[in-house]
Amino acid sequence: MNIEGKKAIWKDYQKEIAEDKFYYVRSCVRQNFFPGSETAFLKIMRDELKKDVFEHPCHTTCTGIGYHCDIVPVETTMTVVARQFALMTEAGYENLLPSCITSFGLYTEILDTWHHFPEVEKKVREQLRKATGREFKKPKNLAHASDVIYKFRKEIGAKAKYKLINKNTGEPLKVVDHIGCHYSKMFPSKGVGGAEYPYVLTGMIEEWGGQIIDYPERRHCCGFGFRQYLVQANRGFSIACSKEKFESMKPYKPDMIITNCPGCPMFLDRWQYVINEMEGKRYGQNGEGIPVFTYEEVAGLVLGYDPWDLGLQMHQTDCEPVLDKIGIEYSPEDKYNTSENIIKSKSHSLINV
Amino acid sequence: MRKHVVVIGGGVAGLESAGCLSKAGFDVSILEKEDQTGGHLNDWYKLFPDRRNSSEVKEYLNGITLNNRIELLTNTTIKKLNRNKTHFSIITDKGKELIADAVIVATGFDLFKSARKEEYGYGIYDNVITSADLEKMFRKGEISLKSGNTPKTIGIVHCVGSRDEKVGNFYCSKLCCVTAVKQAIEIREHLPESKVFCFYMDMRMGGAYYEELYREAQEKWGVNFIRGKVSEAGEAIDHKLVIKVEDTLAGRPLKMELDMLVLMAGMEMSEGGKKIAGLSGLNTGENRFFAATDHHYGSNRSNINGVFYAGTCTAPMNITETISHARAAVSEVTDYLREGSK
Amino acid sequence: MEKFGFTISKGRQIDYESNNRWIAEYIYEREPSFRLCIECGGCAATCTTGNLTKFSLRELHILIKRGENDQVRQNIRKCMLCGKCTLVCPRGVNTRNIVVLVKQAFNKSDDYAI
Repeated sequence: MNIEGKKAIWKDYQKEIAEDKFYYVRSCVRQNFFPGSETAFLKIMRDELKKDVFEHPCHTTCTGIGYHCDIVPVETTMTVVARQFALMTEAGYENLLPSCITSFGLYTEILDTWHHFPEVEKKVREQLRKATGREFKKPKNLAHASDVIYKFRKEIGAKAKYKLINKNTGEPLKVVDHIGCHYSKMFPSKGVGGAEYPYVLTGMIEEWGGQIIDYPERRHCCGFGFRQYLVQANRGFSIACSKEKFESMKPYKPDMIITNCPGCPMFLDRWQYVINEMEGKRYGQNGEGIPVFTYEEVAGLVLGYDPWDLGLQMHQTDCEPVLDKIGIEYSPEDKYNTSENIIKSKSHSLINV
Repeated sequence: MRKHVVVIGGGVAGLESAGCLSKAGFDVSILEKEDQTGGHLNDWYKLFPDRRNSSEVKEYLNGITLNNRIELLTNTTIKKLNRNKTHFSIITDKGKELIADAVIVATGFDLFKSARKEEYGYGIYDNVITSADLEKMFRKGEISLKSGNTPKTIGIVHCVGSRDEKVGNFYCSKLCCVTAVKQAIEIREHLPESKVFCFYMDMRMGGAYYEELYREAQEKWGVNFIRGKVSEAGEAIDHKLVIKVEDTLAGRPLKMELDMLVLMAGMEMSEGGKKIAGLSGLNTGENRFFAATDHHYGSNRSNINGVFYAGTCTAPMNITETISHARAAVSEVTDYLREGSK
Repeated sequence: MEKFGFTISKGRQIDYESNNRWIAEYIYEREPSFRLCIECGGCAATCTTGNLTKFSLRELHILIKRGENDQVRQNIRKCMLCGKCTLVCPRGVNTRNIVVLVKQAFNKSDDYAI
């Protein structure tokens, strides 16, 4: 494998990511599956990097889920997105920062559609005015939250308490990076590194000491989609996609998986349990699974945040093996304690308070 | 006084047209940007359809420059090309000025840069090579993997950089299919234990004895032809290449492991030719090659009176056609100069 | 095990590495013209059986070459050996003999007798 070839491609796919003054829009479902992620992101941005990240209390879902399930027609989705832009304009911000990768893909798609079909944009402006009386300006910069963490990966690395290195062997951890399909497959130029060899997560891992694995099914979708997952009988398709990825990455003996989409870690994490129940297969070493993380969780871990504050207890595939490999200090007894108990039991810096 | 014709480019078309011009009684200068003539002919080992050694053709062409009426300037590029009433003024990068009564542009083609097809991993995976890289192996007489081992299964991908909207080349490069068949036969000849697979979208065997070569590849050499486009190449843990290709005739996707993957890189307008188009005002077509003024009876004529084209700078063509095209260019130059420079 | 309400879907890729192409090898040894087939479909277009059943000689040739033998075994008996396919073939493949050889191959092998 020749890394120079990849570097040449990464150089071709660079994108503009804003410096500061972000307007943050949250994910619909992420906070259920990985509750610590978005809070960790805000703490990193506000407290560590001292950035201005604004959240509007009135913002809604972008309806990307509905749009991709054929439940919400595209005109409605565009008008809801226009409202998001309007709230952003009213708050005085220009840099849109979505937390969800489907949102990112949807905003990119809509801005591209309006660019090529200005009459559609005009119509949506009118619709929004009629429905809510709001006006909007298009965002000047659209960057996904993982792009921003990628941009500041060196600053995070400088403050890092831990490195992604196996403390027993001294070797960098072997990490599988899984990019959400909506990040760069639709518009390769809008993703750092393009669609074939995306660099956004690779850059983070390399900066923080880990080592990325290139395996044959790296391009494969995890199977989330939306359509196939909603109906229970179709989930066989979804799980088959994830299984294909696991079978392909297993020989490389990865220590962990890092993702940047809300759905992908949910799938890759939960499907390991289902595959084990159905077929008795496990893909990690020593009969374990492969822990799956979001990029905010990894950023939080290297910065030394408590794993239980980051919400790692909500993962179905246990994360402790990786925590032990890195050498992170955590108390196993506190895993399922509520914050009240912890406040009572010892002084602890919390990020949810 | 004898007329002077400048030939830009010392490849197959340039050498052939220079030779014919000289025989017709003109003074000829060849301007060649590399340090040797021959162009891409230097890169090929055996030529289709009969797999004769390219050195024979090279010998024939070299015989032309030994004629002492031809001035050969190597390592020379062009900075200016202007028409001054009745003649042309050409200024080289070394500051030399040549005055010509007519010009033949024979700047040839460049091979498509296969790294642009990111999904095939050229430049990233060790054993993904192009057809040009394979020719070098044939010349050395040794086909081997990066590790030094001998490959057992080899895949050949047609249409890399041709017929492809993603890289902006809508045209067919015409010669890659027959090159693939020729190289498949050569691999099987060299490595009798190997298995060779050609992945094609269409088999374009439009030349004399090309279809017969395809038949020979199947019948005599057991080359496997699978109709379908290779979508991606990856590397497995044992460094074998894993490819996904649609087996269109079976109607199902096919996954296969290969030791080596050969990309049939297409032909593109040369960088040198593009520069000359820019500084001289010569028109290029939608496919970025030079645009001749007429497809049927004027394929050597350019939009500047007195400047003519020869060879692959106008369109993909094989060596036979290039040599014919070069001779036709000379015929045009002769007519042009006989009627007096207009 | 829990009842999930779905099972893991099976892939439909042809896995070239794990398929056994023994029938193809059997035919190559005895009918070398099989190598000339380009799967143009002339044989299937004229085929008497193909007109009335799902039998496609072109498809069977491909499946034999890829080693997808089960479908071949199920369908090869439908051929009436009328010979129209051999008349049409532009490459001169002896398609009729190939059908005979496939049946022979299956019958000779104990596991696959038809």
